[in-house]
Amino acid sequence: MLGTTLILALRSIRRHLLRSFLTILGIVIGVGAVVTMVTLGKATTAAVQQQISALGSNILQIRPGQGFGRGGGGPQPPNFKPEDVEAIAQQVAGVTAVAPQASASATAIYEGANWSTSINGTTSAFLTVQPWPLVAGRYWTPAEQEAGKAVCLIGNTVRTNLFRGADAIGKRIRLGNISCDVIGALSTRGQGGFGDQDDVVVMPIKTVQRRFTGNRDVRLMLVGVDTDYQTSTVQAAITDLLRERRHLTGGRDDDFNIFDTKQISDTLTGTTTLLTRIVAAVAAISLVVGGIGIMNIMLVSVTERTREIGIRLAIGAVAREVLLQFLVEAVALSCLGGIIGLVIAQGVILALVPLMQVPWTFDPQINIIAFAISAVIGVVFGYFPARRAAALNPIDALRHE
Amino acid sequence: MPDPLITMRSVTKVYGTGATQFQALKGVDLDIQAGDFVAVMGPSGSGKSTTMNILGCLDVPSAGTFLFRGHHVETLDRDQRALLRRRYLGFVFQGFNLLSRTSALENVELPLLYRGEDKKTRRELGMAALAKVGLDRWWDHTPAELSGGQQQRVAIARAIVTQPDVLLADEPTGNLDSERSVEIMELLTDLNRTANITVLMVTHEPDMAAFARTVIHFKDGLVERIEAQHQQGAAVEA
Repeated sequence: MLGTTLILALRSIRRHLLRSFLTILGIVIGVGAVVTMVTLGKATTAAVQQQISALGSNILQIRPGQGFGRGGGGPQPPNFKPEDVEAIAQQVAGVTAVAPQASASATAIYEGANWSTSINGTTSAFLTVQPWPLVAGRYWTPAEQEAGKAVCLIGNTVRTNLFRGADAIGKRIRLGNISCDVIGALSTRGQGGFGDQDDVVVMPIKTVQRRFTGNRDVRLMLVGVDTDYQTSTVQAAITDLLRERRHLTGGRDDDFNIFDTKQISDTLTGTTTLLTRIVAAVAAISLVVGGIGIMNIMLVSVTERTREIGIRLAIGAVAREVLLQFLVEAVALSCLGGIIGLVIAQGVILALVPLMQVPWTFDPQINIIAFAISAVIGVVFGYFPARRAAALNPIDALRHE
Repeated sequence: MPDPLITMRSVTKVYGTGATQFQALKGVDLDIQAGDFVAVMGPSGSGKSTTMNILGCLDVPSAGTFLFRGHHVETLDRDQRALLRRRYLGFVFQGFNLLSRTSALENVELPLLYRGEDKKTRRELGMAALAKVGLDRWWDHTPAELSGGQQQRVAIARAIVTQPDVLLADEPTGNLDSERSVEIMELLTDLNRTANITVLMVTHEPDMAAFARTVIHFKDGLVERIEAQHQQGAAVEA
């Protein structure tokens, strides 16, 4: 019986192609919008997570000052000293390594090419905190680090701009006022949350302090946290230690701040997920509107086809068959709209992914859910008109003009 | 004589309630034998349409009994009557009542669809029925592409495709000119004789009633008189 009604429903849709298309337009747009929004939202979340994980997971970033956007008046809080780095590494439980950073900027020159870049001075601990493989060459030795030799690892952007594909290892480049041996080429990290991560020259921190900054200050510490420890516990321990070392007593505010990358990641992910949900909810409203559109047309259709219903009833269709015919017709229409919507959504996603610079993803779950919802809408909004059709009296229906 | 196919006893039908109440049938007694060709005549409001609706199991009497093939139709519900129609009855209407934008064959196949016949059977029986009314070559034409007479013949094909016991025709020639009307009547007469289908027809044209074997005259909600005609179609031939 279902097969019969399906045939009848499809025949009826085929006979009114334009009207059928207009009927399902709301569903097409609704399903298309929901799937597009959710997929792109998830892709954005994934992209944000990727950028943040490029900073490294389970890492605490410690800077002097009171956090973002709260500089203002008063004297600049002091930078950290190498002793602070040592103290954290040795006294705080759960810390795997502490990488200090001293940075400067300079123009790098090799033969005719020059490139303005930033110099990052650190210790070999940074490899423990944030592993960064080499594509060629080697890291510096402990002896070179201790002696503050003029050796450097160059990021991919610097290498491309200075050497243009030529072998960089063993070459000597000029960095500001000094010359420096390139001992290693770093692998590509790509765009991060804070710009091009490959536009950098990495050197031993002592070299940077001696030749560029002229002091022993550490501008930033990256603390690797053992995965067995809660970052918040470690963060609290470091806070206590630094307050003591910086002689902050009683009610005085911290003059440094500690960022938990995981916390930032969670916050940003939470934000994008929330935005995705809001946009999807708005799109879902158009699905409901689409369902009302189907109900509207089905009601018109029942009125318009009163005589047809009368004929069917006179011929011997039972009420249930007429109900099923109109219900199946509504469900077939809405499912058709759902399928078209899914196809259109895939096209829109393919078109928008390069513009939004997010990775392409196919999420089967949202596609199945959106399709299922379109089918449910067909049942819900098709039932009322179908029941009205089935309740018609054959004699009156046949007399209907 | 065998038991009649259809028996009506003291059938009444009341429409509306209270002051607007209208008694369409005031106690109709009727026996119709299987294989008969009956014409029902009478002025508007005489109760002939109401009687036809009850005979067609589309409506139930307010009181009285209506026996069809031994079934007490007045006790059956809506769906049971639908199944009775599906199994034993065929309908032909004044306005043809074909599905628009639907080929002649698909129209004829419609009752078979409700009987659950498979595609092949539907096609075979549908084409056979169209051949019987002489329209097998027009099977893929939609009603809009057919003349009035042709449309009515498609409607007759649809009514007989299930090989019903009874064919109910409500003014089948009402929308046709006299030449087409005679063609339709000859087709009905032929079906009555060769396929042994009992034909019940409402008409107000004596020329058409002349094709019937029995003519039942209605007046004021009652059967006025029943006449048997031995010379079918005599009036036209004369």
